[in-house]
Amino acid sequence: MNRLLPVLVTTAVFVAGFIACSVQFPNFASTRVVANLLTDNAFLGIVAVGMTFVIISGGIDLSVGSVIGFTTVFLALAIERLGMPPLVAFAVILLICAAFGAAMGAAIQYFELPPFIVTLAGLFLARGASFLMSTESIAINAPLYGHISDYALRLPGGGRLTIIAMIMLAVFVLGGLLLHGTRFGANVYALGGSRTSTALMGVRVGAATIRIYMLSSVLAGLSGIVFTFYTSAGYSLSAVGVELDTIAAVVIGGTMLTGGYGFMFGTFVGVLIQGLIQTYITFDGSLSSWWTKIATGMLLFAFIAFQQILVVLARRPVRGIAGARPS
Amino acid sequence: MSGASIDAPNAPLLDVRGLTKSFAATRALDGVDLTLRAGEIHALLGENGAGKSTLIKVVTGVIRRDAGTVALDGLPIMPHSAEEASKAGIATVYQEVNLLPNLSVAQNLFLGRQPTRFGFVREAEMRRRARVLLRDFGLDIDVGAPLGNYSVAVQHIAAIARAVDMSARVLILDEPTASLDAHEVDTLFAVMRQLAARGIGILFVTHFLDQVYAVTDRITVLRNGRLVGERLTAELPRMELVRMMLGRELIEATAERAEGSGGTAAAEPYAVFENFGKAGYVAPFDLTVRSGEVVGLAGLLGSGRTETTRLVFGAERADSGTATVAGRPVRLTSPAEAVRHGFGYCPEERKTEGVVAELTVRENIVLALQAKRGVLKPLSRREQDEIARRFIRLLDIRPPDPERPIGLLSGGNQQKALLARWLATEPRLLILDEPTRGIDVGAHAEIIRLIRQLCTEGMALLVVSSELEEIVTYADRVIVLRDRAQVASLEGGAVTVSAILAAIAADTPQAA
Amino acid sequence: MALRLPRTGTPQIAAFLAILAINWAVSPQFFDIRLQDGRLFGSLVDVFNRGAPVALLAIGMVLVIATRGIDLSVGAVMAICGAIAASLADSHPLPVVLAAALGAGLLCGLWNGFLVAVLGIQPIVATLILMVAGRGIAQLITEGRIVTFTTPDLAFLGGGSVLGVPTPVAITVAMLALTLALVRGTALGLMIEATGGNARASALAGIGTRAMTLAVYVWCSLCAALAGVIAAADILGADANNAGLWLELDAILAVVIGGTSLFGGRFSLVLAVVGALIIQAMNTGILLSGYPPEFNLVVKAVVVLVVLLMQSPRFAGLAMLLPGARK
Repeated sequence: MNRLLPVLVTTAVFVAGFIACSVQFPNFASTRVVANLLTDNAFLGIVAVGMTFVIISGGIDLSVGSVIGFTTVFLALAIERLGMPPLVAFAVILLICAAFGAAMGAAIQYFELPPFIVTLAGLFLARGASFLMSTESIAINAPLYGHISDYALRLPGGGRLTIIAMIMLAVFVLGGLLLHGTRFGANVYALGGSRTSTALMGVRVGAATIRIYMLSSVLAGLSGIVFTFYTSAGYSLSAVGVELDTIAAVVIGGTMLTGGYGFMFGTFVGVLIQGLIQTYITFDGSLSSWWTKIATGMLLFAFIAFQQILVVLARRPVRGIAGARPS
Repeated sequence: MSGASIDAPNAPLLDVRGLTKSFAATRALDGVDLTLRAGEIHALLGENGAGKSTLIKVVTGVIRRDAGTVALDGLPIMPHSAEEASKAGIATVYQEVNLLPNLSVAQNLFLGRQPTRFGFVREAEMRRRARVLLRDFGLDIDVGAPLGNYSVAVQHIAAIARAVDMSARVLILDEPTASLDAHEVDTLFAVMRQLAARGIGILFVTHFLDQVYAVTDRITVLRNGRLVGERLTAELPRMELVRMMLGRELIEATAERAEGSGGTAAAEPYAVFENFGKAGYVAPFDLTVRSGEVVGLAGLLGSGRTETTRLVFGAERADSGTATVAGRPVRLTSPAEAVRHGFGYCPEERKTEGVVAELTVRENIVLALQAKRGVLKPLSRREQDEIARRFIRLLDIRPPDPERPIGLLSGGNQQKALLARWLATEPRLLILDEPTRGIDVGAHAEIIRLIRQLCTEGMALLVVSSELEEIVTYADRVIVLRDRAQVASLEGGAVTVSAILAAIAADTPQAA
Repeated sequence: MALRLPRTGTPQIAAFLAILAINWAVSPQFFDIRLQDGRLFGSLVDVFNRGAPVALLAIGMVLVIATRGIDLSVGAVMAICGAIAASLADSHPLPVVLAAALGAGLLCGLWNGFLVAVLGIQPIVATLILMVAGRGIAQLITEGRIVTFTTPDLAFLGGGSVLGVPTPVAITVAMLALTLALVRGTALGLMIEATGGNARASALAGIGTRAMTLAVYVWCSLCAALAGVIAAADILGADANNAGLWLELDAILAVVIGGTSLFGGRFSLVLAVVGALIIQAMNTGILLSGYPPEFNLVVKAVVVLVVLLMQSPRFAGLAMLLPGARK
């Protein structure tokens, strides 16, 4: 099985889509559109980086949307009501998220529970906690927020590369280095290949699992911070269902939901494809936003079916007696 | 044969004494000794249930021993995990390679110990080392490609290379050749000889006798958890080896042949298979089973016995040949189809393919009958109770409680319940794969008695068994398999233990 | 070893009664029931009435989980079918409306069943597709608006009563009875339990495990369709965004509380419905005691964790080590 094939397909889909949009709408192919694409999907991209680690390791994290929501409410309360300096509040929330993710990872590892159900409990818990803190939308007026939204890198052609877009790009680069360049990254792939074999090869599976979920939650927290830059508010209902968009972005990016295969770059393109669909709908004007979900669902199906075919083809015995033992 | 040891000759590297291990009521290992010398290739042989895998698991720390000692280089060791064993210098490579097909070859070789700089893996350096390491094993491949892209042979060699590179002194190869072709086997053997020449002790588990004679220096045979003996390969005739593996007291047991056996050739054939086979699974064969007749399938482990039965029962689809049942051509596309034609099948793997552990004895017994009747014709609770009680009494299933989850029963009683499951469907052809394996002596005798009785009642039976003395007492015909192909068919007076042994051990060139 | 004794349901029923008692303690009128316009009213009646949709979902979900599967799409299927029912209600007679809604449910079930049973895709992954796309499809039907209707025919299914019993409760009871008849009146129940307990052994015993799997997904979606119709009838309209939101999680929770293992095998329909009622009784209790309804999610998270930990083999092992814990 060619590991690069899914990513190439994803990239081709994005490029073809972008060209089609540019042909249809004359203003489309501009740095402005591209920069907005990055800015609008920054929070999705950041959380998708974490989800990529989780999914490649063979797990899933349903709690990320709730963690984003929790983060926004926490920041709004800490900064506006408690008068905490924003940077301190950021540090505190990232620590909370790290502890939260570590707890989920530990539950998965030591109680041998399916990740899906543990992170489901996490989803309830984080969302419930944010409701308990406040059910109202709280505006954040700290000066830092103003500075951040004022500052942007001017691109030729009128585009503004905002801070939050830059944060996302940085997270993707660092995430890519971590995944593809370190022992930890290799362990993530190994876990997705086979937990048992990985353990037999002497990798400390428990520590790796805990770190993976910790990373996912911390990035969800960072995504929540970016979300407040974007909206300048904290709201307990923000980012509902983002876990699904995130999983979809990762899968459309060519990562196998069953674990073991995938690339950080693919996730980046997957996020861009989702953004592209939204941008197209905005440009078109007559289509409604629900087409995003339908189109995402169709792409999701196409990629899952595509991967299933690759798996079936790969499983077919190549020659002679290979793999012919009764199973 | 590998070269002589370069270390002190005959110095025991791994010394196992009096190893004993019981699981519940069964004694898997009973005072087994094994001596592995540095620089030798040592075959560990025995049929299923002989205790080979238990021995390996104890030595590698996967399970604890009840009694006995294991010494490495004269020092007693007691590893608690495969990781500890591997640190001590004992590495195992299993048939299902325990590496990660989705990672690159280089990552597989160095997972957890990759060369790093500033926290980042030095990919180029790792690949260079991987290439150097594999070149020692005669392998010149792209180490950056996923391991899964390569053949099983390469994967095995990679696993061995990893183990050896992590300073293994003792290398245990558990059926590494089961899925390799002849050329790949040769490559592997070359690697094994080279490692032995370096002073590594290799324990080689296989069920291919040709390979035992091609590569090993010494042989240890286990049977039913006991040591049968240790011999020099060069001094052990093939026939004698097969006897050590299969036979008990090999005094001509043929005298016990059931009366009337072999005289049923006139009966109507119930199921006829012609040129029936599946590429890469089992070679096309002809097989006729008549009503009131027992056909035995004999051969060593991995010879294709189980594969033949699965093909006959439709659990695997044949891609060649025809099947005729009761005179009509049929297509056996699924077990459900086979059941409709009056087939029944007790698989060898009771736990994973036989019982539904969580369900009660009653539910397990009625399962096949219910499937045969269809969803819409449920057996009433009273009918179920009646069937369950009848068979519990008939087969003496203990405890005689139909409402007990079957997983709580002993192996022998589970086996009886599975027989009951099929007898309840009143099958015309019953396929039994190792019906007496892993069950106590009492149940053993009862099952043999039952096979004879069913046969007298006109049922057709196809029975796989490694117990040759047993098979000759009830089989009218015995088909012998080797290397996934039929090699002999013995009938009537020709059905003797020695004839079967001779057919199994025949030294014909091995088809790859 | 996953051997459990045959369940009596005592803990579940005791838990339900205990929660009712607590509710009575916080709100002395809890057990007051009055008959008004031929329909029963009161907090206790409310528990059953509000619990009806999740109970319906649980009826289908328990069968899916018994085969070692999971259906994440039920909430989205509710939204689709509710949207269809609400859109057609004012222009078509009730039988047509119901046929259309249930027909859509059937199609959704066939889709999920096809992906799982025929293509062999993991249940979580397969049903995720419809979970993502379903809400978009529902919005497509309602054209993004909250569709309302006025016809009393459909409204009766949500707000009416049969012999004093609120219609949703009556429908749920009828559905439970029908499912019980189908599953326990035929050999289906045994075959589903066998398939979930050991699929390979079941196939070798001649059971059509594939057809069994397809059937449970179809039934699960039909239950979801019915729940969607009731939810729409209840609010006299369809809200594609919020109908059935997170209810898949409640349904899974109800099944787990009802003692059916997420690893398949033995199941209990009645106890899954009791599980749904327990969840609803908790919701009602939190409301009655004056806590904000947001508290629900946190309580649910805790319940999920406690139930899962009790089912976890590792935890059972730990409990055995405690002094005095041995039987």
